[in-house]
Amino acid sequence: MAPTTGTTTKIAVRDVWMTFKGTDKSKPDVNVLEAISLEVLDGEFVCLVGPSGCGKSTLLNIAAGFLQGTRGEIRIDDRPVTEPDPRHIFIFQENGVFPWLTVEDNVGFGVKRPSPKERQELVDHYIEMVGLTGFGKAFPRELSGGMKQRVEIARALAAEPDVLFMDEPFGALDYLTRIRLRAEVTQIWQRERKTVLFVTHDVEEAVQLADRVVVMGKRPSRIRDIVTVDVPRPRNLDDPACRRLRDHIFRVMGLDHSGQTLEGEEPKVVPMPLPARRS
Amino acid sequence: MRSRLQSILLPLGVAVLFVAGWHFAVRWTGSDIFPTPGQVLTGTYELLERGVLLKYVVASLFRVASGYLLAVLVGIPLGLLMGWFVPARLALNPAIQVLRPISPIAWIPVAILWFGVSDLAPIFLIFLASLFPITTAAMAAVQNIQLVYIRAARNFGIQGLDLFKKVVFPAALPQILTGLRLALGIAWLVVVAAEMIAVNSGLGYLIIDARNAGKRYDLVVAGMAMIGLIGLGLDWLVRRMEKLDEVRWGLSR
Repeated sequence: MAPTTGTTTKIAVRDVWMTFKGTDKSKPDVNVLEAISLEVLDGEFVCLVGPSGCGKSTLLNIAAGFLQGTRGEIRIDDRPVTEPDPRHIFIFQENGVFPWLTVEDNVGFGVKRPSPKERQELVDHYIEMVGLTGFGKAFPRELSGGMKQRVEIARALAAEPDVLFMDEPFGALDYLTRIRLRAEVTQIWQRERKTVLFVTHDVEEAVQLADRVVVMGKRPSRIRDIVTVDVPRPRNLDDPACRRLRDHIFRVMGLDHSGQTLEGEEPKVVPMPLPARRS
Repeated sequence: MRSRLQSILLPLGVAVLFVAGWHFAVRWTGSDIFPTPGQVLTGTYELLERGVLLKYVVASLFRVASGYLLAVLVGIPLGLLMGWFVPARLALNPAIQVLRPISPIAWIPVAILWFGVSDLAPIFLIFLASLFPITTAAMAAVQNIQLVYIRAARNFGIQGLDLFKKVVFPAALPQILTGLRLALGIAWLVVVAAEMIAVNSGLGYLIIDARNAGKRYDLVVAGMAMIGLIGLGLDWLVRRMEKLDEVRWGLSR
């Protein structure tokens, strides 16, 4: 019997604001996040969707302790987030798998168990879970993009965190690989019941994965709507309930389902601000 | 298979053409000072028989190894430090960038002044010549590390010296290795120049000595050929290291 989503608050985002300072006088400050408040329950899968550059990744980076918000705070287990924490693992879009380590050594990188036997078991277990059995001694260079992303997921799980932050983890993958990994992530989450905060710009991905979808607007970003996806998994996107939710989210984002801009919405291209190099 | 064969046959063909061109050029100009390839071979054999060739090669390699290893031991930590800590970079980089363009040859008088006519003078010159490219490469390598690796490591709770050992150093290693290869080439160039002046053994000494003691240009060219071949061998060794899985990911070749 798999554990289910709890009722206690795991992540509490309280009135978070973020302004990136302009690097010099010719570049103005950029307001990225405005008054973001959000509660994520223990074991819940929450997706953040919004247009590119709307600050959803920034919010995730603040929650992970890589960036500091300008105002407000994020609490996990009722403790304020101030720095990265091995209990809350971040999965990167650009793939953070260490290319100088084998798959096995990557997956074992964050393992906390002191006994070598337990350690090896854990590594093997998660390599098997992401379908990479037999590739333990391979180097990332020899793997496809999808396989590398699987290594990163296994590495995160092997550290036995209770929160996963996923920043467009399938963003750089081809369409078929994305579809497959979505299904796999759903299965893994159903088994492990980690609390997941997942950023994507793909509305269908959000509808397929999430318990709740947080819809964010253009920069400076506020939460436009929070949509509960009450559809049993595995979800078929052609299911009328999924389609309705997808269209609703598109409407909230100011687009109809064919991608046309709705009245009163001016699409603007705003350059992405560069965050500080090292945090 | 075809490209493999080409990579052997093409350079071999060029070598044959070069040696033949050299041979006939000497014959047709009737020079009795500049040697033919055959005379260089006999000269090399003579050096072997006298037992000096091996001695000189070992002497040169010893100097390069000492100076170069010293530069590796100082340059890599220094470069890592400068790449990681901004104040260290701000403080030291200008000094290094000023010293770097000064040719090691220009240091010869200083080296003689400080170390006299001993092995230390050429070792010092080789150390100087290798130090700056190694330091600069290590510094740039750290600055170029992808932020995602550092963030991932910190996320797993890796800090301080452990972060250096487990992530910063391995992430910088491919670019450091490129710097090491460049520096080894320079070190080998410099040993010859250094030995021409300050010492009485080694391949550089052989070249100058052969010319001064009776215009033995066959021995001069034999020395040059040895230098070229050993340089090729050193480069081949570093290239072998670049094939290792731990660094291959960061080297596009």
